[in-house]
Amino acid sequence: MSDKTQVSTAAAPRRKNTRLPAEIDAQLLSQERRAFLRKGAAMAGSAFAAGTVGASGAGAAPLAVPDSNKSMGKPIPATEYGMPSKFEKHVVRRRTDVLVNRQNWSDWSMTPLQYQPGIITPNGLIYERHHAGTPDIDPDKHHLAIHGMVRQPLLFSMADLVRYPSVSRFHFMECSGNGLTDWLKPASKTVQQTHGLLSGVLWTGVPLSTLLEEAGVDPAGKWAIFEGADGSGHTRSIPIEKCLDDTLIVYASNGERLRPENGYPVRAFMPGWEGNVCVKWLRRIKITDQPAHFRSETARYTDPMPEGKWRQFSMVMECKSVVTNPSGGMQMKGPGFYEVTGFAWSGAGKIRAVDVSFDGGANWREATVEGPVMDKSLTRFKIGWNWNGQPATLMSRAVDSSGYVQPSVADIRKVRAIVGFVQHHNAMQPWSVNAKGEVTNVIGQV
Amino acid sequence: MLSVKSKLLLGAAAVALAIAGCASTGGGGTSATGIPLGATGPHEVQPLSDKPRFGQAVSEADLAAWNIDIRTPDGKGLPAGRGTVADGQKLYQSRCVACHGEAAKGGSMYGSMVGGIGSFKTNARVVTPGSMYPYAPILFDYIRRTMPMDAPQTLSVNEVYALSAYILNLNGLIPANAVMDQNTLARVQMPNRDGFITDTRPDVKATRCMSNCK
Repeated sequence: MSDKTQVSTAAAPRRKNTRLPAEIDAQLLSQERRAFLRKGAAMAGSAFAAGTVGASGAGAAPLAVPDSNKSMGKPIPATEYGMPSKFEKHVVRRRTDVLVNRQNWSDWSMTPLQYQPGIITPNGLIYERHHAGTPDIDPDKHHLAIHGMVRQPLLFSMADLVRYPSVSRFHFMECSGNGLTDWLKPASKTVQQTHGLLSGVLWTGVPLSTLLEEAGVDPAGKWAIFEGADGSGHTRSIPIEKCLDDTLIVYASNGERLRPENGYPVRAFMPGWEGNVCVKWLRRIKITDQPAHFRSETARYTDPMPEGKWRQFSMVMECKSVVTNPSGGMQMKGPGFYEVTGFAWSGAGKIRAVDVSFDGGANWREATVEGPVMDKSLTRFKIGWNWNGQPATLMSRAVDSSGYVQPSVADIRKVRAIVGFVQHHNAMQPWSVNAKGEVTNVIGQV
Repeated sequence: MLSVKSKLLLGAAAVALAIAGCASTGGGGTSATGIPLGATGPHEVQPLSDKPRFGQAVSEADLAAWNIDIRTPDGKGLPAGRGTVADGQKLYQSRCVACHGEAAKGGSMYGSMVGGIGSFKTNARVVTPGSMYPYAPILFDYIRRTMPMDAPQTLSVNEVYALSAYILNLNGLIPANAVMDQNTLARVQMPNRDGFITDTRPDVKATRCMSNCK
């Protein structure tokens, strides 16, 4: 799409195509947009007005001065952890209602991507996947051990770990099972359910290479076993190359210490790899000469392949994208302009381009990829769309810096024998818009 | 004889070569053991004249209570002890049946842990420890670290061997009079031993068609 389209329509569409309550919508407005809106009815009568029907009613009647202008607000408390507006209570993690577990310790909750306007997932909304619930660990009593095939086994306290030279990096984290309920036919309603095992996070911690250098890895050490301090003692075997490359020992996310459900006080993070390897509540790293072949890397987190086989140690999360606005469960506000937005990401590098189709994949337009575009990070894309009120099918397709093009379900089916539930499902996600403006999931139907 | 430092440098060089020398998913190559690594980095260069060293030396002996992982293909790390199918059945009835059901056929919380052998070439793969685990010591490793779910890492070594024996017996993989210990458990032949293949992604090729694509 052209820049002209972007600029000329930047002010109004958010009020039309999202279901955000008016108050937070107002908070999102830039200074320019506030000024723009104050110009009122004259501007509202321009080309995009048709799409704003019912969005605010601004200009339809004389405006009363709101109560908030005529009263004192809440005073600043002496201390406080700020929370979202009471009008944002719908923006929460949710367990899926499609695949319902009979217990909620080995379970997961999903990020509300449809309400995430930027590439950062707030800490309270980062998706969860635990295997024995969330432990409550005292950081003063927690230790990380590095041992096995090393010159000197070492023990680190949390106070030790935070003294090391640190790095902060933006990376996505995605569960290998993201999309597992929606493969050949739609089961989920919302993008939270289809894609919400995905979060974008600023991770802060110590490069594992720093700690491994101190311990002195035996050249014969080819793997590292990571183990958690939770009730599942979760474990994975990781090739030493990844440990020495970009693996982080993380103690903070988005500018504060990790939340308990995301590994407090310390976890592993392997950029671009499936979330399951990023062991939370990390207590031990053992250097070995071969993988342990744990249950978590044989009976689980392996991919069904033809001839009854299972693909093992498939850690890289391949290039993927999804339109989040509009997305399943939303209601269009009538014909007119919409800014279609979504996220793209790749474990193989940066997002190079995102294309969007409005006719179920027959024809495509290149969307604007919004910076910053970072390695193995959520990347936002956007494209203007004048909906004519006729049925349409929206889908996005990302291309990454390795040249890999996001496939369709049909493309993946040609090479993988997916039965039961799907792993590493990075196919395009179509959303259908009917003439009534209802948006529904049509995975596998186009 | 190389010094420890030389060995470490050689090791680092080998890793650098491994990362630079191959090309597959994202250009990151594969590990020395054939695992696709994806793209490398990003990295920051942070010159430090004095590298901080805050790790506290610890002995392997002091880590013994934490050092519970089993190298499951050959059972390295399995502790001394033993357990029978009969003992496992008794323990199962008191500690496991509430969630996993009678004879491990599925209960109030979890599905069956029995059967599925031979199902992987059908369109209804049934994943159980019997059908899926390539190596029997996975049972020991997993039961010890996770079960029972309300009190993990509290079973004795003998109890873990006994439960392993019971589950293997229910799957028809060992006789009712079998005794599992650090030698016999690793020798149990699991039907899915050769069921795993390495990651060869990117395996799906799509093209960036822009118009009249369907």
